[in-house]
Amino acid sequence: MAIKPNKHDMPVQEASLRAKNFSEVALGYTKELAVAEADRCLNCKNRPCVEGCPVNVSIPEFISKIKQNDFEGAYNVISQSSSLPAVCGRVCPQETQCESKCTLGIKFEPVAIGRLERFVADYHNANFKGKPVPPKPNGFKVAVVGSGPSGLACAGDLAKKGYKVTVFEALHEAGGVLVYGIPEFRLPKDIVKKEVETLQQYGVEIQTNVVVGKTLTVDELFEDGYSAVFIGSGAGLPRFMGIKGEGLKGVYSANEFLTRANLMKAYEKGAHTPVMHAKNVAVVGGGNVAMDAARTALRLGAQNVYIVYRRSMAELPARKEEVEHAEEEGVKFEILRNPVEILGYKNENDRRDIKNGCVTGIKLIKCELGEPDEKGRRRPVEVAGSEYVLPVDCVIMAIGTSPNPLIKNTTAGLEVNKHGGIIVEEATGATSKQGVFAGGDAVTGAATVILAMGAGKTAAKAIDEYLSKKGK
Amino acid sequence: MYKIVKKRALNSTVTMMDIYAPLVAKKAQAGQFIILRVDSDGERIPLTVAGYDRAAGTVKIIFQIVGGTTMRLNEKNEGECIQDFVGPLGNATKTENLKKVCIVGGGVGCAIALPVAQKLHEQGCEVHSIIGFRNKDLVILEDEFKACSDKLTIVTDDGSYGRKGVVTLPLKEAIESSESFDEVITIGPLIMMKFVVATTKPYNIPTTVSMNPIMIDGTGMCGGCRLTVGGKTAFACVDGPDFNGFEVDFDEAMARSNMYAEFERNEREACCNLFKKEVK
Repeated sequence: MAIKPNKHDMPVQEASLRAKNFSEVALGYTKELAVAEADRCLNCKNRPCVEGCPVNVSIPEFISKIKQNDFEGAYNVISQSSSLPAVCGRVCPQETQCESKCTLGIKFEPVAIGRLERFVADYHNANFKGKPVPPKPNGFKVAVVGSGPSGLACAGDLAKKGYKVTVFEALHEAGGVLVYGIPEFRLPKDIVKKEVETLQQYGVEIQTNVVVGKTLTVDELFEDGYSAVFIGSGAGLPRFMGIKGEGLKGVYSANEFLTRANLMKAYEKGAHTPVMHAKNVAVVGGGNVAMDAARTALRLGAQNVYIVYRRSMAELPARKEEVEHAEEEGVKFEILRNPVEILGYKNENDRRDIKNGCVTGIKLIKCELGEPDEKGRRRPVEVAGSEYVLPVDCVIMAIGTSPNPLIKNTTAGLEVNKHGGIIVEEATGATSKQGVFAGGDAVTGAATVILAMGAGKTAAKAIDEYLSKKGK
Repeated sequence: MYKIVKKRALNSTVTMMDIYAPLVAKKAQAGQFIILRVDSDGERIPLTVAGYDRAAGTVKIIFQIVGGTTMRLNEKNEGECIQDFVGPLGNATKTENLKKVCIVGGGVGCAIALPVAQKLHEQGCEVHSIIGFRNKDLVILEDEFKACSDKLTIVTDDGSYGRKGVVTLPLKEAIESSESFDEVITIGPLIMMKFVVATTKPYNIPTTVSMNPIMIDGTGMCGGCRLTVGGKTAFACVDGPDFNGFEVDFDEAMARSNMYAEFERNEREACCNLFKKEVK
């Protein structure tokens, strides 16, 4: 039988419809589609896809199970390596990881590994009625700081080995960036909840409303009997550009805008947390977070949403799929533009005018691409005299974050780099402080869910080795 | 869930509560704040710590009933619980080496100024307190301030209690009568703090202001609480809430504070209607 050259299309909500709701965009494969897509896998001998996965899921093995209609079996294969398959199947950049290595991809489109992973996880969540059996406790307590992807991955792996794991979360809900950052339409919060519940069934305890670095310190965790600590506190303070007007009303960091919409559910009617329902929105930045913010603004009722990015479409760091979805939904791309100033309303005759200080526009300057920088990306060069004003009432800054200072400031002996990221030994996640490991954005600065998960798993393995050697 | 151990109305619009939160109580210091949510679908709001009892494991909050969330909070009674209570957040007010300080509090801000005054008093510092309210009915914590102040001046806008006028009048008089304060610490409405700073600046008396901007997480993630301080962006939750008053851009902070004025008005009305319905 000839191989189908293209991936089976992912059923999606129609663009004009979905741009107005917060329901998930991609609807997921049916059983039939999943089996048909699995049949595209050549089951090649050298398994390059596995190398492309930061947590080395046994991809050909789980796909073989799908071919045999053994979806639960496929889930068991994935869950040996991944703690959060339903999440990863949705938000991993497979096109630069597993799928980029697929042998089929040399001639045709690679196997849709991400879509298959998602199908398997969703099938399991919908159909599996049993409960995981927590292993026999090994007597060690480990503290995990932060319940985002790195923390959950680390906690899951350790719990499965018999460690008593407590996860300390600063917010009122577990999930970290999976609940405050990634929007509902890309990652439904019920899925995160389900994944967290699974970990709890393995014996992981989650304590919300505990800010490590404030409520408790890392040293106090050791005093409380924890033998090791994993820090997965995530990225921190949002960056701003330092241009005029960033303090105006209507200027958000992407973190704030998304947190209001996602975690606080400000998009729902009757929500108690406000968020601006702007008409014209400029989102500064070209990453996945920028796409999430732009598409959220659209769903909150904006008529025009612009992505302002200083390089060209080819250099956008966001996933191709996210860019395509954004374009289909009507997000406009103001590429090769750099913000110079944000303009605000000022009524000279009435200082009490409520509109004073509200955003009225963003002044942009055109850019051209110059010589490549040290990372090989062509540097944007501003074109003198090309400034113009884009009329908007909301500006969202999605230009990255710098690590949170709370833990660094209260943990003696924990070394950080000049950007504030925690310094770790890459192979183990070990920090400069004995018994303390770290991973995820707290180490690397803003990166992806799967890289953070990979770091959490690496640290879990290292913690297990460290404590096995150290003993009680 | 966090239990309301004690509740007392300080006046018609200001309520005091002791919340059982032992981890927070163990660490809390004057000048820090907490974030709470009343219900499972509630908004996160920051409130500055108004006191704590480490032995009892309770944290005192004092809040003005201004919007939907504070209304819902005020509907809760002793023995009931609130959903979330996290802290202590932000940095404690610096009181080391201060020998003579003037505390200037306004309205419900006095609740936050009180623990700072108490701490200074305990460490042997000479404390002059100037506290201002709109009128006599709104005066709170008079006895508590009396107990920890070497000198206490109360002012009301309409003169119905204490001196008539605003807090900057007695402050200016004190400075001009050659009271040599090491520092002025002021907590209250933004407009009041702005004018306190304008009063102390000509005399170059170090002036600390406590900022309480709009916040969500309170841990340095969302950036909603940003201020311009000394021309640079600062975050009240991790860099503050106390700042050098001479450097704070108050006009920007005031504009930002009413960002959701209309939403809050609607929330308040919706809440009033709801409670009215329940009463029927």
